[in-house]
Amino acid sequence: MLRMWRVGLLSALALAAVPAHAFIAYVSNEKSNTVSVIDTDSWTVTKTIKVGQRPRGIDFTRDGKFVMVAVGDDDTIQVIDAKTQAIVDSLPSGPDPELFAQDAAGKILYVANENDNTVTVIDLEKRARLGDIQVGVEPEGMTISPDGKTLINTSETTNMAHFIDTSSRQIVANVLVDARPRFAEFKHDSSELWVSSEIGGTVSIIDPKKHEVTGKVTFEIPGLRKEAIQPVGIGMTRDDKTAFVALGPANRVAVVDVASRKVTKYLLVGQRVWHMAFTPDEKYLLTTNGVSNDVSVIDVAAQKVIKTIQVGELPWGITIAP
Amino acid sequence: MIRWLVGLIGLGLAATSALAADPVQIGVGYLGVAGTRSTLSLVEQPAENDGVAGARLAIDDNNTTGKFLNQRFTLEERRIKEGEDPVQAATALAEKNGFIIADLPADALLKVADALRERGTLLFNAGAIDERLRETDCRANVIHTAPTRAMLADALGQYLVWKQWKRWVLVVGSHDEDKLFADALRRTATRFGAKIVQEKTFEDKGGARRTDSGVTLIQRQMPVFTQQLPAYDVLVAADESEVFGAYLPYRTWDPRPVAGSAGLVPKSWDASQDQWGAIQMQNRFVKLNSRRMTSLDMQAWTAVRMIGEATSRTNSGDVKKVTDFIKGPDFSVAAFKGTRLTLRDWNLQLRQPILLVDGRMVVSVSPQEGFLHQVSELDTLGFDRPESKCKLK
Repeated sequence: MLRMWRVGLLSALALAAVPAHAFIAYVSNEKSNTVSVIDTDSWTVTKTIKVGQRPRGIDFTRDGKFVMVAVGDDDTIQVIDAKTQAIVDSLPSGPDPELFAQDAAGKILYVANENDNTVTVIDLEKRARLGDIQVGVEPEGMTISPDGKTLINTSETTNMAHFIDTSSRQIVANVLVDARPRFAEFKHDSSELWVSSEIGGTVSIIDPKKHEVTGKVTFEIPGLRKEAIQPVGIGMTRDDKTAFVALGPANRVAVVDVASRKVTKYLLVGQRVWHMAFTPDEKYLLTTNGVSNDVSVIDVAAQKVIKTIQVGELPWGITIAP
Repeated sequence: MIRWLVGLIGLGLAATSALAADPVQIGVGYLGVAGTRSTLSLVEQPAENDGVAGARLAIDDNNTTGKFLNQRFTLEERRIKEGEDPVQAATALAEKNGFIIADLPADALLKVADALRERGTLLFNAGAIDERLRETDCRANVIHTAPTRAMLADALGQYLVWKQWKRWVLVVGSHDEDKLFADALRRTATRFGAKIVQEKTFEDKGGARRTDSGVTLIQRQMPVFTQQLPAYDVLVAADESEVFGAYLPYRTWDPRPVAGSAGLVPKSWDASQDQWGAIQMQNRFVKLNSRRMTSLDMQAWTAVRMIGEATSRTNSGDVKKVTDFIKGPDFSVAAFKGTRLTLRDWNLQLRQPILLVDGRMVVSVSPQEGFLHQVSELDTLGFDRPESKCKLK
């Protein structure tokens, strides 16, 4: 009896000691030229890594072994070894890389180069530049369709989402959206592409087959002037039911019901919220708040902000280990 | 043989259909005055292509977008020489260009606007900051991308008041435009609760702006000129004519900051502006023009971008369609100022944040926090709808 009780206690202790969801998040701090490493168990910064100048776009390699961070003012993408948390390599990205996307296999990297209106294609294994694709003025947002066949790039001054065939590397369609498109995200079932327009203040929903805008998500926050609502980052749950949209200087993340395209709730986060990432179990959503220099933790199911973590100056991008 | 011929014809057809239709041509004219004015600071001496260089960059930007929409933008530049008729030059430009970017003095601009009204040409005032062009002398075919004196003065005044520098000494030049800027500054002081504790006039007695031992003399003159003033926080200079403003900083009798035409200056743009993604455009500008970007360059860039924005949204190069869209409620343009820019529909003035710069850095951007407005905080800068005397026609 006593023994059984003991075993029970031990296993309970073991369960408590090893939580199911300890993940590692990497946050790029645009102004301090660092990357903050956050442990999602203790919700603390466990390490700050010095990187090149102006780190922005940040993403794990598909195998989870490395973190790539675009350091625009150094014209390269640096590679951080996730084990040693030290910079081990850099990629030939082209000038002023900002955001990038990788194919499903993790072999090809597509980089938006703001300064010369191109998307650069990089072979990750060979560390070689395979070519450039001419796009609109100031390319920024990058994403790849779930089937891997279409690369999307948004250009901020041209105000378009460019649809690029990944095999031919040719533009197949250009869809006009509202001013300063910053970020693009597919629904997991590929039926819709969502593009945020920072200055336009909307999210355009595009039919990726017809290449047409089929609707727009609009935002309205009582007491806040329209100009302060500047949508940037978009996160969509795997079941495609709920989308989260970061609204920049509105200091809020909008919770959007994907089916009805309506905002159901606004969550107050830190100041000038831009990008976000889910933990792999989708229990939490982390957002980068540039002006307040912190990261907000959103409980996805409860749709509540549960924590704020101080990071470096002007946190910009975020990625979480798969 | 016949089969071969058919094949050849087929090939020919394929080749023709592969070629896209001719692009829609959108002609933009740039009308300015020949020659440049003299500034006190050699660094601030405008380039020969001040203004048009910004238009040129926007033409390139529009063409990058245009290649996806089959639109092609061209720029034709004309400079009016001393004594030349602006109407004649404008009419010649309007032959091929449905849109004209103008950097002209107020009177010349009005003449051009009235002469081109029947033709339907849309004018963009990129240069003149005169209030009257948006008030009693407003025109339905002139859109203003240049800010007004009142907008500039309010932008500065909001910051000075926020800073609690509320006691101003106002030094005004003796030329007409200096007096107009002083009027705007007085209005600002009244609106935002600052007090002009004393005014002084700086007479322009002529003389060269460049001399070999000028500094020694100025160092003696300026302290004397600013001696025996009542207690004040900041010296505000109204010197658009570039006669004395730049001589004031560090030379006042009392150690006080200088603002207005020198020191902390309100401007629509500055070469040091790098926020809100502006660095990309600054880089593009330097690459194209081998110099840095000025306010006038930005005002012209914005005008040409407004045209590009409207042609892409309407998918048309038709001047009437484009004009209607620009004047309509759905129009806005992004111009690296952190917010969308829209038109004041009552006088066609572009709403815009104003930068406060010290020559090296952007010190602040107005409107300042706490200056509230029921429609747009940008309307806390300059004359608002209820005060407007403009009747568009």
